[in-house]
Amino acid sequence: MEVSEREILVVEKNPMLPQIFQIRSRKQETSDTFTLELEPVEAGVEFIFKPGQFNMLYVFGVGEVPISISGDPEKVSRVTHTTRMVGTVTKAMGKLKKGDLIGVRGPFGSSWPVDKCSGCDVVIVAGGIGLAPLRPAIYYILRRRENYNKAILLYGARTPDDILYKHEIEKWKSRFDFEVYVTVDRGTSGWKGNVGVVTTLIPRAPFDPQNTIAFVCGPEIMMRFTALELIKRGVSENNIFISMERNMKCGIGLCGHCQFGPVFVCKDGPVFSYSQVKNLIFKREI
Amino acid sequence: MKQEKSFYLAPYDLNKVFEYFKSRGYKVFGPTIRDEAIVYDEIASVDDLPVGWMDEQAPGFYRLKKRNDKAFFGYVVGPHSWKKFLFPPVLTLFEAKRENGKFKVYDVNTANEKYVFVGVRACEISAILIQDKIFGGGQYTDPNYIKRRGNVFLIAVNCTEPGNNCFCASTGTGPRVVAGFDVLLTEVIRDDLHYFIGVPGSEKGEEMFVTLGFREAEEFEIKEAEKDVNEAINKFKRSVDLTDAVEVLQENYENPLWEKVSEKCLTCGNCTMVCPTCFCNTIEDVTDLAGQVAKRIRRWDSCFTMDFSYIHGGSVRYSVMSRYRQWMVHKLSTWKNQFGMLGCVGCGRCITWCPVGIDIVENLKLFKESTVKL
Repeated sequence: MEVSEREILVVEKNPMLPQIFQIRSRKQETSDTFTLELEPVEAGVEFIFKPGQFNMLYVFGVGEVPISISGDPEKVSRVTHTTRMVGTVTKAMGKLKKGDLIGVRGPFGSSWPVDKCSGCDVVIVAGGIGLAPLRPAIYYILRRRENYNKAILLYGARTPDDILYKHEIEKWKSRFDFEVYVTVDRGTSGWKGNVGVVTTLIPRAPFDPQNTIAFVCGPEIMMRFTALELIKRGVSENNIFISMERNMKCGIGLCGHCQFGPVFVCKDGPVFSYSQVKNLIFKREI
Repeated sequence: MKQEKSFYLAPYDLNKVFEYFKSRGYKVFGPTIRDEAIVYDEIASVDDLPVGWMDEQAPGFYRLKKRNDKAFFGYVVGPHSWKKFLFPPVLTLFEAKRENGKFKVYDVNTANEKYVFVGVRACEISAILIQDKIFGGGQYTDPNYIKRRGNVFLIAVNCTEPGNNCFCASTGTGPRVVAGFDVLLTEVIRDDLHYFIGVPGSEKGEEMFVTLGFREAEEFEIKEAEKDVNEAINKFKRSVDLTDAVEVLQENYENPLWEKVSEKCLTCGNCTMVCPTCFCNTIEDVTDLAGQVAKRIRRWDSCFTMDFSYIHGGSVRYSVMSRYRQWMVHKLSTWKNQFGMLGCVGCGRCITWCPVGIDIVENLKLFKESTVKL
């Protein structure tokens, strides 16, 4: 190691102190998933973020968790989060009501490269709650639809009851310029759609692999197999992007928890190109 | 570095130095003996230093031993490092209070304490410079660290007798102190002689020497000190070739050797607690019983715990092997990708304080010798 004279360190705003936001609406999406719309308590504050970024959300006295932003990046007066109740903090968050306050730090992390390739086919592959961090990218793309060739959403949920944003998916389906395919792992009576994991939709999805950019989010195992399926079709590894999940305590690369080999998922990710992480993602317990 | 004046200090002149800073509102921290180890704590005078003591170290072994002389800094490094002052083991980051059905967040770290660190070794300065980069060199910084760091007056000491577990010559971080200090001391002990050569490394350091009126050192006095420092490099019992360590470790994630090298590991986390560069921490959010006042507390954490990598569904690193691998690869390899330098300064603490004596140097050698590349 080379020892050099230390540089002068500058004190900046404390990134560990949350800003206070108020819940403007709460919507139950599925039995265990809800969406909160938050508004800064301080008047006139805009919340600007890029699709794919996340916030650290703080429930008073309970704790803080990283939650991706699921709303429209162009609606800067509010910020939207879709959360599944799986742990202490998210369960407490699920009990909050309209008007309650919540702490917000962010936005943090990398984003879906929505402008990387104009004129390309865009393939969005989502598994379960993985649709939430992709929704800002969908809003962004549909608003600039003319910049892309085909736009395709492949979405897999566990059961028909677990499908997120049902009403919105119907609206998307009704557009002529957005192809939406939904599948469920297990059908129920009355389900007339596809049954099977989301990767089964990839071989028959109508996109041009040579000219495609893909955004993938879901459980890690689903992202691994989705990437392999896309590569099998001929999509370049550099054009496949995934969003990783790891334990995070700070969101800003100072706590060490989210290390994934040489990268910090919180600040180098969560969105990575497949080529960036392919050497590690198939190894166990990295 | 430009050639500075050298000053002569008699042993008990250090008391003048301590008084100089105490009268200027500084707290003086230095080595002292507690619980049969040399630790860093607030010191009142030279009498609190481990005068005439040394430390014997081996893998999983640490004992204090009487020296044949009255050296002040005749030991190497103990279980403490200076990070405990700059990056406290437990720190309240904020308090939040409920007020009229709403809540507000208050920054509670408003104190502006000034510290003197006495007896900082070359490896420890490197460790501080590494943490400077982590907490102060990126897009986001830790204002609590930066404030503390800016208020430190650093009195370094050259090592003249490396310990059994020391390998700073291999990591390029010692034994000679070359930068990052306000004052550098070299202790010289001969049969009938005991003195320090002091060199300023900053304006504040120069000001101290001038104010206290120490005389300039004679050439022969400087020569004796230089001789000791120059000879230290030949006294190392350990060395490791770090060339290619970054590549070797990252190419060997799946080498079965990991099972072998981590076989004894108890995942106690001692190595991460004593390491002067380990920076991982966790956040605990708590409330009072009435639920009116909440606190966010930051604590040192260790990558050896199951909780460390927990995401819903389970821990990412559930095996002992994977947790040991994370630590060692981070120290000697991925740290370089993250911060441009290795996370090891060759102080040997992790070897000494490992209850089963796991040896990072020997383990790296095994990987370098291993022909299995996956």
